[in-house]
Amino acid sequence: MRAVVTVTGTDRRGVVAQVSGFLFEKGVNIEDVTQTLFGGQFAMMMMVDLSESKEEFAVLAENLTQLGVNIGMNIRIQHADIFDAMHNI
Amino acid sequence: MFTSSQVLETIEMVEKEHLDIRTVTMGISLLPCIRETAEKTASAVYDRVMRKAEKLVPTTEALSKEYGIPIVNKRVSVTPVSIVTAPFAEESALIGFALDRAAAELGIDFLGGYSALVHKATADYEEKFLRTIPEVLAKTKRLCSSVNVGSTRSGINIDAVRLMGELVKETAELTKEQDGLGCAKLVVFCNAVEDNPFMAGAFHGVGEADTVINVGVSGPGVVQHALKFVPEADLTQAAEVIKKTAFKITRAGQLIATKASHLLGARFGIVDLSLAPTPARGDSVAHILEELGLEVVGCHGTTAALAMLNDAVKKGGVMASSRVGGLSGAFIPVSEDIGMIESAEKGCITLDKLEAMTCVCSVGLDMIAIPGDTPASTISAIIADEAAIGMINNKTTAVRVIPAPGKRVGDLVEFGGLLGRAPVMPVHGGDSSKFIRRGGLIPAPIHSFKN
Repeated sequence: MRAVVTVTGTDRRGVVAQVSGFLFEKGVNIEDVTQTLFGGQFAMMMMVDLSESKEEFAVLAENLTQLGVNIGMNIRIQHADIFDAMHNI
Repeated sequence: MFTSSQVLETIEMVEKEHLDIRTVTMGISLLPCIRETAEKTASAVYDRVMRKAEKLVPTTEALSKEYGIPIVNKRVSVTPVSIVTAPFAEESALIGFALDRAAAELGIDFLGGYSALVHKATADYEEKFLRTIPEVLAKTKRLCSSVNVGSTRSGINIDAVRLMGELVKETAELTKEQDGLGCAKLVVFCNAVEDNPFMAGAFHGVGEADTVINVGVSGPGVVQHALKFVPEADLTQAAEVIKKTAFKITRAGQLIATKASHLLGARFGIVDLSLAPTPARGDSVAHILEELGLEVVGCHGTTAALAMLNDAVKKGGVMASSRVGGLSGAFIPVSEDIGMIESAEKGCITLDKLEAMTCVCSVGLDMIAIPGDTPASTISAIIADEAAIGMINNKTTAVRVIPAPGKRVGDLVEFGGLLGRAPVMPVHGGDSSKFIRRGGLIPAPIHSFKN
């Protein structure tokens, strides 16, 4: 399963390292990373592959949310199909 | 593939513009539940609904998390109960209570289908069933009732219209401690559809599969937000913006419907393309119309703006879904839409303007509080007018009015939650009772004979 991890908030040092390190620990493979501004804030998107993830999706999602709380950012993970469905014919 | 800006657009739609899947509704046939007594039938109905919908709430909640799209309501619709209880119609309430108990235990907010289809005539057992509606709605919390009193093909059953005026009044009276809340769970239809996922009018038609998943999308806030970016666009361009937005919203609904039906072992029924407002700011159909250039919803031009919006939503949505159905269009409930509430409080939107608007949108006079002393015959006449619009225009229309006991024009009726609040609106004072007392059937219009 492919998913999109988005990280938004006020830019600070170490965000990329912390999120990617967390995903590495969980066996999640990062396929692509982009960064941009979202309403004046930092926004990072990662396309990830969950086929070797050590955690079920729901647990991973909850842990990512908690990681976001810990580092002061909003972190979400969503199935990639929702973006494909909404933006591609 | 998609771009980072498209990902962020979707996130913004959800987090700032109230994009959500308004309802995942499981339609369940009750036909296999008919037994020789009402007690045994009630027991079979309860068991079947519990078994079929057992995983509805956890499955949709998991889908919501996986796709990052809120799924606001999980609901069930069933075969019109009057069909199931025909042999023991006077005991229909037992089945109603069993359904309400099942809804509570499943953790769903509404279950629809305490319904009857009497658009051509009312059989004895159907009349017995109809007369149980006020008591059942007063004694249940989650059960919703609908009655189809007319169709383009059959005409309008004025005997049923007369009875429904009385039953709406009785329901209000039996729930007067809650300002007539029972009436918020009772809809009178013309041209009712069999696959509507929205409450209070959802029921599972006899032409449907055994178990289906119907999904209702929403997103008035998303449409309004998209229009904000084109303040000087002409109406052709504005319609294009609405179409594109409706497409995206509906694609989300189609995806959830497909996944949910697969996971729940049910057939994918339809996606209902309706724009359904809530009382929350930023989730209003009225505000879309105002975004198009109206000072306040209800002023002249409102009907034209709504016609354009309704059509553009359908055009955008139809291409986004493999199966479209239900009501599909823009909803204009008064108490459930902050823009409507504010306009009604100013006296800008009236019952007459709302009636005109129902000619061009997907439903009818919805969630409108009227004075508690409104005669039953006047309510019947309101129903008859609305049914006539549906019958002649070959579309669904409905009436869900609340004659709030003890309330007068200008008073506020609070229902709470998604049902919102409504200022009591005036109705016309002239007497319609002789017209309604005539009874009989208004014949089907000439253009209904297409065979």
